[in-house]
Amino acid sequence: MSASRYDCIVIGAGHNGLTCAAYLARAGRRVLVLEAAEAPGGAAATHEFAPGFRVSSCAHLLHLMPGWLLGELGLAGHGLRMAAERMPTLALSAAGALQIPPYPDSAARDLGEADARAFREYAAMMGRLARALRPILEAVPPRLGSRAWRDRLTLLGLGARLRLLGRSDMRELLRIAGMCVQDLLDEHFENPLLKGALAFDAVLGTNLGPRSPGTVFTLLYRLAAGGGSAGSLAQPVGGLGALTEALARAASSAGAELRCDAPVARMIVTEDSAAGVILESGERLQAKCVVSSADPRTTFLRLLGPEHLDAGFVRRITHLRGQGMTAKLHLALDRMPRFAALTALAPTGRLVIAPSLQAVERAFNDAKYGRFSAAPLLEVIVPTAVDPGLAPAGRHVLSAVVQYAPHGVAGGWEGQREQFLDTILQTLEAHAPGLRESVCAAELLTPQDIESRFRISGGHWHHAELALDQFFMVRPVAGAAQYRAPVRGLFLCGAGCHPGGGVMGLAGHHAARRILAEAA
Amino acid sequence: MPEPHYRQPLLRTPFHERMRAFSQVDSFIPWSGYSTVDVFSTVEQEYFAIRNGASLYDLTPMVKYRVTGADATRFLDRLVTRSIAKLAVGRVAYALWCDDGGLLIDDGTVFRMAEQEYRLCTGERQLDWLLDSSVGFDVRIEEITADIAALALQGPCSCWILKAIGLEGIETLAPFAHRGFRLPQQLAAAGPSGAATMMVSRTGFTGDLGYELWVDPADAERLWDALMEAGRVRLVRPVGSRALNIARLEAGFLLPNVDFVSSAHTLRNGSARSPLELGLGWCVDFGKGHFTGRRALLEEQGGTPRRRLAGLDVEGTKPAHNALVYADRSGRREIGSVSSAAWSPTCKRNIALAMLDAPHFMTGRQVWTEIYLNRELTWERRMVRALGRTAILRTGAAPRHSPGRLLS
Repeated sequence: MSASRYDCIVIGAGHNGLTCAAYLARAGRRVLVLEAAEAPGGAAATHEFAPGFRVSSCAHLLHLMPGWLLGELGLAGHGLRMAAERMPTLALSAAGALQIPPYPDSAARDLGEADARAFREYAAMMGRLARALRPILEAVPPRLGSRAWRDRLTLLGLGARLRLLGRSDMRELLRIAGMCVQDLLDEHFENPLLKGALAFDAVLGTNLGPRSPGTVFTLLYRLAAGGGSAGSLAQPVGGLGALTEALARAASSAGAELRCDAPVARMIVTEDSAAGVILESGERLQAKCVVSSADPRTTFLRLLGPEHLDAGFVRRITHLRGQGMTAKLHLALDRMPRFAALTALAPTGRLVIAPSLQAVERAFNDAKYGRFSAAPLLEVIVPTAVDPGLAPAGRHVLSAVVQYAPHGVAGGWEGQREQFLDTILQTLEAHAPGLRESVCAAELLTPQDIESRFRISGGHWHHAELALDQFFMVRPVAGAAQYRAPVRGLFLCGAGCHPGGGVMGLAGHHAARRILAEAA
Repeated sequence: MPEPHYRQPLLRTPFHERMRAFSQVDSFIPWSGYSTVDVFSTVEQEYFAIRNGASLYDLTPMVKYRVTGADATRFLDRLVTRSIAKLAVGRVAYALWCDDGGLLIDDGTVFRMAEQEYRLCTGERQLDWLLDSSVGFDVRIEEITADIAALALQGPCSCWILKAIGLEGIETLAPFAHRGFRLPQQLAAAGPSGAATMMVSRTGFTGDLGYELWVDPADAERLWDALMEAGRVRLVRPVGSRALNIARLEAGFLLPNVDFVSSAHTLRNGSARSPLELGLGWCVDFGKGHFTGRRALLEEQGGTPRRRLAGLDVEGTKPAHNALVYADRSGRREIGSVSSAAWSPTCKRNIALAMLDAPHFMTGRQVWTEIYLNRELTWERRMVRALGRTAILRTGAAPRHSPGRLLS
């Protein structure tokens, strides 16, 4: 048995685990972070996928992590630099590109007059709603039926913020929050490309199509999480891995210890209290509390074990929806890709291939019945356009988020991977003629690869689907929504907690706050 | 061809034809999807067979599960509140299982058949909860209700009758033990099942000497006939649920949906009950490791009890059926209600079970029951004094032939 005893062991050195560790260490806790992989990063890492070509492994844009968090942890001082900020979004079609104007104020240029006016109103309204919802993301969820002043104050504060919206915006929020995004967009716009691109944002990373109820909520969530401004898209120098490296340095300089290549086999439970972990190597490490940034299913069913939990709670965990629907494509290119629609523009922005609402819904139809999309939707960036260091001189990297690719695709991914890669390349080729010839190497990560590589059960980027029924006070499930597990001494700090996934770091931050409040 | 299910929604047990032949008042009631007997002749006759002779009660509708697998013991220990690891092969335990909130879902008996095999008997179907509870455990759970015919033989003469049909060594079967007994020639030889043994457990719902017999449905009628024939001189009689209900109340056994409602079925907040509230704290082993509801029960145990099921001795002879209970004779302070009540012919007392608010459930405390009497369609209301009795079910006490126990 190890002689050293820590205050907290954090499982997983992804951005949430590291954020949590940094805050705990800054508060004077003795923290040990255990990472299964050989380097920190989790799903916010950079890896070499072909000799000399590096790319953000999973998430490839930074737009959700709040500025105050970056500032508080002093990440700039720990080497975090941005290669590009306020990156524009360009919706591609055969007819040309449409710049989706930044929310909420800028004027729309490429739209017709009616749509441009509608967009200004829509963007202003969505911006107001998103800003009103923002405090929910910043809050540690209160407990229902609790008499603690902290819980009551939180609820009161959130209610007051919504009340400040005023009668007409509140009515609109009530009207649209449960709606499907297609109905909302059809109410406002004509332009199919605009509607397709906006719907894409609503369904990205989810198991939903534009006609699924609750997709206005996911869109509002994205806007609220991004600070109400879609113009905040950024790309760190060195990819997303640079962010977690800076976070790791921030945690280390605050006194946290980081051990990589140290996969956890299971937790030690003594007298109904989490008391440490046992590594796959057999090594036992003791601590006063264990904080898991792994997804809820992995944390509770594999690392802790159902025998330490009540059967009803385990049922809720097994019912948690978290089937990954999103794949990731990395291409090593021998030249800069030329997108036909971008004659005047180098691909320095975020390119969206989602030509219409119908196209998005049809792509979803395939996934609904267990197939990958025959015409997938893509979010494409060319990271080397702004950060040439990621590839050998003169060469380039293309990184694409691909929707929809069901984790449990009918027939299994083995044997269909090549076919899916070919489908995606065809889609890209249609928008960037000649691209296929320039491909030197390709890597496709299906949700199953994401599951095994990043140890996320189900391969879902958000660890658990982001939807109203898995949000806020019931995320991941009732009984664990305040970062605290039913077993004493065990806490959650991953994307499966409020406010959810994406490279945001708030789950890690809130968890640390909760742990420190408990001990105080 | 069997009748389609919509023509005969209730199933018949293997004893049905025998019971129908014996029934004088044709009073059948449903139980877990089967037709069973409420009363054969008169409740009094049947009750006295239980207490003074021997009684046969058809237990077949009792839902039975076979639990097997490497984790069978761990699974059951996580499911129920008692320690199953401590249960030896060949033993039976009364057990409870709760939801996450420590509220009772149901009670039943756990038979340890082998090192990694158990039989779980319950009043209602539980497969959904059992399967939910099995996540992460290497167990196989099968419902075997229809594969086994079960008959309770209860009463002071029950052992004598089993000896008379040739069960050698039945007198050595300890309370809460079960064992396979070699079947006598006339039962075994002709048996189409070819079974040479019959499982017998010394268990029951009467608080008296008694056994439960578990056989192949094909052997059911032959067993029934043999017991009736052998018991003729000892006043054996088939009994229905109503007579059994008086006997179980005397013994202090709880009846689901009467003395508590499963937390799986309650709709109103606060209507479900915890084992501690039901006086079944002796069935909860906090020291054995985690089980579903443990954390909630620990918290409850650390606080002050709000209400508890109490035994009452009510004055007079009129059972306090469904009576509201008051702290004062004037009936101004309502403190609970009666869930089960009966005149006990053996104890010569008017007994009841009532859920009472703190602190009125204390032994010896005087409370008032509001009893309504229907006298030839004229209703009379009486406030009748009642005294709280000691714990209703004695801890781990083996049911044995001791009428004195009922009086304590």
